[in-house]
Amino acid sequence: MNLPKSMVFTKSHEWVKFLSEDTALIGLSDYAQDQMGSLVFVNLPMVGDEVIAGEPLGDVESVKAVSDVYSPVTGTVSRVNEELLDAPESINQDPYAAWLVEVSDISDRDDFLSATEYEEFCLKEE
Amino acid sequence: MKLLFEKSIPGRRSYYLAPCDVPEYTLPAPMQRQEALDLPELSETDVSRHYSALERLSFGVNQGFYPLGSCTMKYNPKINEKLAALSGFTEIHPLQPEHTVQGALRVLYEAERSLCEVTGMDAMTFQPAAGAHGELTGLMLIKRYHEARGDTPRRKIIVPDSAHGTNPATVSMCGMEVVNLSSGADGCVDLEALRQAVGPDTAGFMLTNPNTLGIFDPNIMRITEIVHEAGGLCYYDGANLNAVVGVVRPGDMGFDCVHLNLHKTFSTPHGGGGPGSGAVGCKARLEAYLPAPRVVMSEEGKLSLQQDCPESIGKVRSFYGNFLVVLRAFAYLTTLGQDGLPEVAKNAVLNANYLMKRLSERFTIVNQGFCMHEFVITMEREAKEKHVTAMDMAKALLDCGMHPPTMYFPLIVKEALMVEPTETEGKETLDEAAEIFLSLYDRAMAEPETMHEYPKETVIGRPDEVRAARHPNLRYRKAES
Repeated sequence: MNLPKSMVFTKSHEWVKFLSEDTALIGLSDYAQDQMGSLVFVNLPMVGDEVIAGEPLGDVESVKAVSDVYSPVTGTVSRVNEELLDAPESINQDPYAAWLVEVSDISDRDDFLSATEYEEFCLKEE
Repeated sequence: MKLLFEKSIPGRRSYYLAPCDVPEYTLPAPMQRQEALDLPELSETDVSRHYSALERLSFGVNQGFYPLGSCTMKYNPKINEKLAALSGFTEIHPLQPEHTVQGALRVLYEAERSLCEVTGMDAMTFQPAAGAHGELTGLMLIKRYHEARGDTPRRKIIVPDSAHGTNPATVSMCGMEVVNLSSGADGCVDLEALRQAVGPDTAGFMLTNPNTLGIFDPNIMRITEIVHEAGGLCYYDGANLNAVVGVVRPGDMGFDCVHLNLHKTFSTPHGGGGPGSGAVGCKARLEAYLPAPRVVMSEEGKLSLQQDCPESIGKVRSFYGNFLVVLRAFAYLTTLGQDGLPEVAKNAVLNANYLMKRLSERFTIVNQGFCMHEFVITMEREAKEKHVTAMDMAKALLDCGMHPPTMYFPLIVKEALMVEPTETEGKETLDEAAEIFLSLYDRAMAEPETMHEYPKETVIGRPDEVRAARHPNLRYRKAES
């Protein structure tokens, strides 16, 4: 399974990469994109939106279904990867480069899994 | 295949009007069209052949077995069409004086009474044009009910995660908030989770029963009780009514509001052949909020359209909905009668269980024990071990003279195929379908790589779904000259 060690993961299949103490990039795991299949639309929040740990921050649509993306942290959206709006397939091609949003002023966070713990979790899911 | 526009020959036509016998009138200049309409010019022969060719490319219940889960693709009796073609119904206008359309009003009135009896509701509207439209109308009634009582904090609608996607979408469209409820492995409601989810902000609860796995929730009475005790109302999504129609009634299960897909359960053409009708029934406490006008009967038996409904949520569609669809459904209901209707549900359930049992010889069935009117196969193991997916199986079925089941739904099942044979298929058809399924399964095990090549016989095989979703080409554009 393709899992960078520099990232932490959630049970709802998002990855989190901390850029500093209170700023992080958020994306979807390789396992998530593989399960969803070819993505056709991405719906992201706006810069300045407040997101809450465990609550939806946007959604992604594949040829099979629409799925919510849950925010792993509480904070303010400081950047949005707008390139994904025109090229959602980037998430399928390189899920760990295709970040969705950057969240700053992080005040709370979900329970994260390390790469190894996440791998075990995914194997159990199967 | 060429489009009608591409077949157009300048000057060709298929009608000749009689000479004009009234004085010609020229519209004021600002109202005049600046350039001619770009319509195809064709003879009647050209048009007729074009549509016959399109018909040959499509597949419907008139061609063969169509077990598209959750869609109830039953045969549509021809008597429905015969009645809907009567000129007394087709050659009337919605704004005609009421005393000249008593027969049509009678159809709406009687259909409402009959379907209220079938669902255990007190009143019904036929305005919504389809199921999801009915859901929206139903939730608007529930929202208005709470608002009218000044109970404004009730903004949340609880929806199980096994629900059709239209349920949460409807909640959003209605400006309310979705509370997603996790289901048990059987797709049934987890009573403890429901107890935790309800509260003073609960406006209502939406449920499809039997659920998307074809299971009738054994706790249904407890479920509606928990929601009512918390002050919420219960909405019955009638998508799966074919499993229970004439046998049990949503009203008796404790539901306050229901939509019916007349085009599914009550046998009117759909799936490209529509239009549909998403009739919404409700208990007396919601009746005042139904869309206007309502058909009412005076003491002398005279029917009229009641326009004055001050508490109504307003119109949700022009006039009275898809009248001829309601008429077809009423014809179906009347043909079957009180004794025939339960046979529909019983045979739908019997057929589904028979086919499920036959397919369980090879396939992994998600349902435990008996199913209702449909069942779900999972191809998860075959996808993992042989790389043969639900999609491959569905595509291969296209070459075997039948329509594939619903794929990748419900979402809680991986590599799902959802099969709904309906009551209008004989045992021979089910046996034939079972043989096809089983032989394809054997091929998938023996030569898995060949399963990616199907279909070979259809005009379109495996369209590029990503491109179809992102860059749909839906209309004719005249080439720049």
